[in-house]
Parts: sequence; C-alpha cells; structure tokens
Amino acid sequence: MSVTTNMPQALCELPEGMEYIPNPVEEFIRTDRMPHIWCPGCGIGTTVNCFARALHNAKVNLDNVVVVSGIGCTGRVAGYVELDSFHTTHGRAIPFATGLKLANPKLTVVVYSGDGDLAAIGGNHFIHAARRNMDLKIICVNNFTYGMTGGQAGPTTPGTAITTTTPYGCYEEPFNLPYLAESCGAVYVARWTAFHVRQITHAMTEALKKKGFTFIEILSPCPTLYLRRNKLGEGLDMMNYFKEASVIKPGANTKEVALSYQGPIIVGKFVDVERPTFLEMMNQQVQRTLHAQYTGCADDHVRS
Amino acid sequence: MKADPSGVLTGIHFLDGDQACCEGALAAGCRFAAGYPITPSTEVVERFAQRVPQLGGMFIQMEDELASSIAIQGAVWAGAKAFTVTSGPGFSLMMEHIGYAAMTETPCVFVNVQRGGPSTGLPTLPAQADMMQARWGSHGDYEAISVCPNSPQEAFDLTIEAFNLSEKYRVPVMVMMDECVGHMTEKVVVPPASEIEITPRRFTNLKPGEYLPYRAEADGVPDFARAGEGYHFHISGVTHDERGYVAANAATQQKLVRRLVDKIRSRVDEIVRYEETFVEDAEIVLVAYGITARVALRAVQMAREQGIRAGLLRPLVVWPFPEKPIRELAQRAGMSGFVVPELNLGQIVHEVERCVAGRVPTRLVPHAGGTVHRPEEILEAIVEVARGEKKTAVEPCPAGVGR
Repeated sequence: MSVTTNMPQALCELPEGMEYIPNPVEEFIRTDRMPHIWCPGCGIGTTVNCFARALHNAKVNLDNVVVVSGIGCTGRVAGYVELDSFHTTHGRAIPFATGLKLANPKLTVVVYSGDGDLAAIGGNHFIHAARRNMDLKIICVNNFTYGMTGGQAGPTTPGTAITTTTPYGCYEEPFNLPYLAESCGAVYVARWTAFHVRQITHAMTEALKKKGFTFIEILSPCPTLYLRRNKLGEGLDMMNYFKEASVIKPGANTKEVALSYQGPIIVGKFVDVERPTFLEMMNQQVQRTLHAQYTGCADDHVRS
Repeated sequence: MKADPSGVLTGIHFLDGDQACCEGALAAGCRFAAGYPITPSTEVVERFAQRVPQLGGMFIQMEDELASSIAIQGAVWAGAKAFTVTSGPGFSLMMEHIGYAAMTETPCVFVNVQRGGPSTGLPTLPAQADMMQARWGSHGDYEAISVCPNSPQEAFDLTIEAFNLSEKYRVPVMVMMDECVGHMTEKVVVPPASEIEITPRRFTNLKPGEYLPYRAEADGVPDFARAGEGYHFHISGVTHDERGYVAANAATQQKLVRRLVDKIRSRVDEIVRYEETFVEDAEIVLVAYGITARVALRAVQMAREQGIRAGLLRPLVVWPFPEKPIRELAQRAGMSGFVVPELNLGQIVHEVERCVAGRVPTRLVPHAGGTVHRPEEILEAIVEVARGEKKTAVEPCPAGVGR
C-alpha cells in the first residue's frame, strides 16, 4: 500500500489492510533522516517531540523559525527538524544565532544544545547573550555528561558521580544553570525533566512567543553512559527518579534550585519578566543620536 | 553588478590602511561586522561602527574573536555580506571558524592586520608572520584565498576584491595587511559606485523542495539560499552530502573535500594576481608582498644603479600562490636567482623554493618584525646572489635585523 511519508520504507511497512496514520509531529521532523542516532532511553528525542508540539501550539510561521545547535548529542537536534537549521561548531551556537538574528530580525531563532556545549565551552557566549537580552530561545538538554565523546564529566555533573574522567567520583561544584541564566539577565527561565512532557511543551510554547533571551533547562537520562557507570539503571529508572524527586516550585528563587547527585529536583517556571532586547536598545539609542539619519537596521538593508 | 552608491564615499581622501579597508568593505556592500578590539586592527571596526548605522547596517562588538568569527557567518546565512577584523592573537582564535566557513561554503571576509608574534608579541609593530597561518591555520584540507595590500589604496581595492572572491567561490577570504599598511596614511581614491564592480551572491532560482544546499553547479560552487525563505535546509560542519545531511564516511568525505579544494585549485589562473616591476630583463627577481614589497622596490632600484638587473614580482593574491610565473622565471635563460625579503623568518620563501625547484638559488632575507627591512639589507642579498655567493636559503637571522 502507499504511504505518504518521507520515512524510510523499512520503518513503515504495514501489513495488508492497515492504514498509515501520520504522527502529528511528522510535519516538523525530517522523517527521511529516521532512525535518529539517539540511544534507547535517551530523553533528547522526547524533548524534540515536545518542541514539535510547541511549534504547532505557538502557531508560528515555520519558514521564520531557525534552529541552531552546537556539537554533541543534543547538537544533532538541528539535523532532525524540518526547518532551516544549522549544526555549528562546539560551543558557538549562540554567537552564530546572534549574527543570524541581527541580520534578519524577523527570524525566530532557537538555540538547541547540550549542557557541555552551552555551559562549558560556550559559557562565555551564554552569559553575554543573556546580558544583552539577545532575542534567542535557548533550550538546554542537561544529561549531566558529555554523551557524544563517551561520558566524560562536565560542568553539570553532580558531585560524586562516576564518569570516564572522574573514575573515583566527581568533586567539582556543578553549575546551577537557572541561577546563572537569571543572574546574567535572561527574561524567561524554566527547568523541567524529560518526564514532564506537557510542561516542557508549554514552556517551549511560551518561550517561542516571548521576546528576549529565554532559557529552558531540561534534565534528561543518558542510559548508555551516565546511568550505566553510576549503576542507576535504565532510562525508565531515571524517569522514575525524575517523577519521584521533582518538586514543582513556580517562581522559586533560582539561587535555591541547585542540583545534587540523585537529590531533589526543583522544577517549574522560575523567571518571566520584561526587559528591552538588544535590538530595541540599539535602535532606541542610535535613533536618539542620529535622528532621521538612522533608518534602523531591522529591515532589508543588512541583507544583500 | 555595480556597487550600491549609498556605501561608496566617492572622492579623494587621506586615509590610513585600516580606514581604507573599512571603506572597501562598505563599498563592497558589507553591512554587518562583528569584532573584538585588538591592536593594530581596531580602527577598521571603529570606523565601521560609526558609518554603518547610517547605511542601514550594524556592527556588534562580541565577547571574543571566537564569537566574532562565527557571528558573521550567522549574518551571512541571513543574507548579509559580513566581515570581521583582527590581528595575530585574535586570528589564532578564529581558525576553527575559517574551517567552518570553508566546510559550509559561507562567503565571508577575515581581515588580519599583522603584528609581531608569537603570542602577544608586538601589539603595535608590524610583521608578516601569519602568512602560513592564513594558508594552513585551520585543521583539515581546504583552500581559502588571501590578498595582501601594500598601501591604503590597495587596502580599499583589495578589500572589495576579497568580498567579490568570497562570493564567487564561496570561501573565506583573508585580507592580510600588516601594521605598517594599516597605520600609514596616504591618498586613497574612491571611485564612483558606477565604476566599482561587485560580485553578487548567487542565490538559487529553485523552489523549496527542489533545492539542495550542496549540489554544486558546473563551476563546483553551489547556489545559495537565505534562512527564512521556506527552504528548510540544513547546514553542518560535519562531512555532508548534497542535502547538507551529516554523512561521516569516506566516500562522502572524498567527494565533498575534493570539491572544496578543486573549486579553487582548478581555477588558480583566474584568481592569482601579481604585479611585475623590471622583471622583463631581470637576472634577479625579488618576491615580496605587503609593506616589504615597497622596501624591496627601493632595493631593486639600488641594485639597478649598481648595474645588477633586479626586478620585483609582487603577489597581490598570495593564496593561491602564483606558482606559474615563478616556475617560468626560474626556467628563463640568464636567471641568477630569487631573493625573498619578508617580515618573518621564512614563510613565503618556502613556496618560492618549491616553484624554483633548485634551478637557481633562492635567498631569504629574514626579519623578525617590529620594523621593516632596511633596503641595504635586501640589496646585500641581491649582490651576493648576483655574485653567486652560496648561502643556504634559510639562514640564521643576520646581524642588523630587527634594528
């Protein structure tokens, strides 16, 4: 029978008489790239599913949405979304996205990457984009480790966890990412886990509609590396932990939402404030000085 | 097409090389720059920051050179012409993104106003010691283009040329200035916009669904699409197929990287540019570029006064290297040798030696930077080569260098 999907044929061969009903998220996903590279039990795909639903819910023009990723497991998200998408260099998704947004302010620019990419090698860009209130939607999947390179310790690895580079247990203080984002100037900060699919979808929908630097942290299981080395079971066990240990505290003081090894997880929307964006500030300031000589950069002049 | 007159400051000016470079970028249609302050290049973006808001464009001062060198590429994919400007330490930080531009075929321009190195080196003093870095600095196989102006006028002209070359071949192009050219002030003639030739970006005519971002046209260069126009394309620095999809395997690597390299190597004759002075009857040919070419020309005149038939071959495009004219000169009857003065301890001389292939002697006149050569030092080398005095090409720094 004929199947109207780009999905590789082997993945959607149906027994005689059965009808193919496309998944509602299919139009947002490059189905011709399935199967994806993520491990069974990994939470990144779950977040992409939520993102697809958020794009649907936010009713944005998909031609104007661009996804920019860095390097790593989450860095592969850009390759799977049916949008203009850029897989950039390690840590530099935010400055690439900055150039893209400034040269065409009509775009909704989403930065979708991992904790190592955004908070370690890309940490400097993260703090400055937040400071400037650059209009970027940051989605950070935090799986507590470097998955793509085999499970090394990262800036979010919680104390005492075993990784390939902390074989005797981690002993560094991990980043409290919501606190970092808020203190640098993010206008929207939320944290959820891969268990909270409805809340993630809702948060992503809100972020897509909000102007300014928004930050959503999503905790996600890495069964192949982080869970296995720490004998924490499989993806499902981590989902159970997320379910049991999560405490929903909307508006919580981000100073108090730090994570610990297998400890409680404060989740919720912590920050939702208004602040002028980089482009608004720039246009206002230059206008004030140049008056009529300033035609504004937020139009087609920048583009050739 | 001709330049957009709004960005062209037509007239006769008294500008330094940095300012002239900025005017070249504006004349070329560049309306986006990202940069981080670094001596001796900062004047380029200072002028840009002042000029471009009145032309509908923008400058953003990023948090470092890593950010600057990738922010410009984001802007390019939104449709802008964009450049960044730096000097040695910043150029080192930009290397990964020169590779990203080469791999993703992002047309953009990197200006390096060279100063003494390594490391912090001589922030306010000249050198030409980043020439090999411009050629080989990013990891992996790729071909980029470098131009090398020797005056503020050329800083203007060759910056326009850099943008044009980057659009034509979709490669990163380096403008390799030096502190002397960057900070010397001379007459710069900015012609009317109608006399400035601009290479426009080659946007695809295909519809979404038909367009593949990395299907090369007959010239080996794919057509471009902007983000935000419904193409839903994917761009990656990972080895990719014509769809832009990640395909990290040997067969795709062969096809992609060979094309990236061949689109330049197969058209070297179109790209190379050099100027010959007194070369027709020369027995000794100097190969020099940037500020050193001006000192070398004085040495050529001094040699001629002594009856030595010296000439100067000056590459304006240094990469790809003008191999053919040097090979031909090396085989010409009556040639006694080549002399290569440069503000480093031996970089471009290796290219000259490779082309000369031992047919005649090649003599380096090294200099560690901080100032320029004295014409007498270069003359001394010319006289020695003319007399057939043997010295190895790469020799210890002679006394007097660096004074």
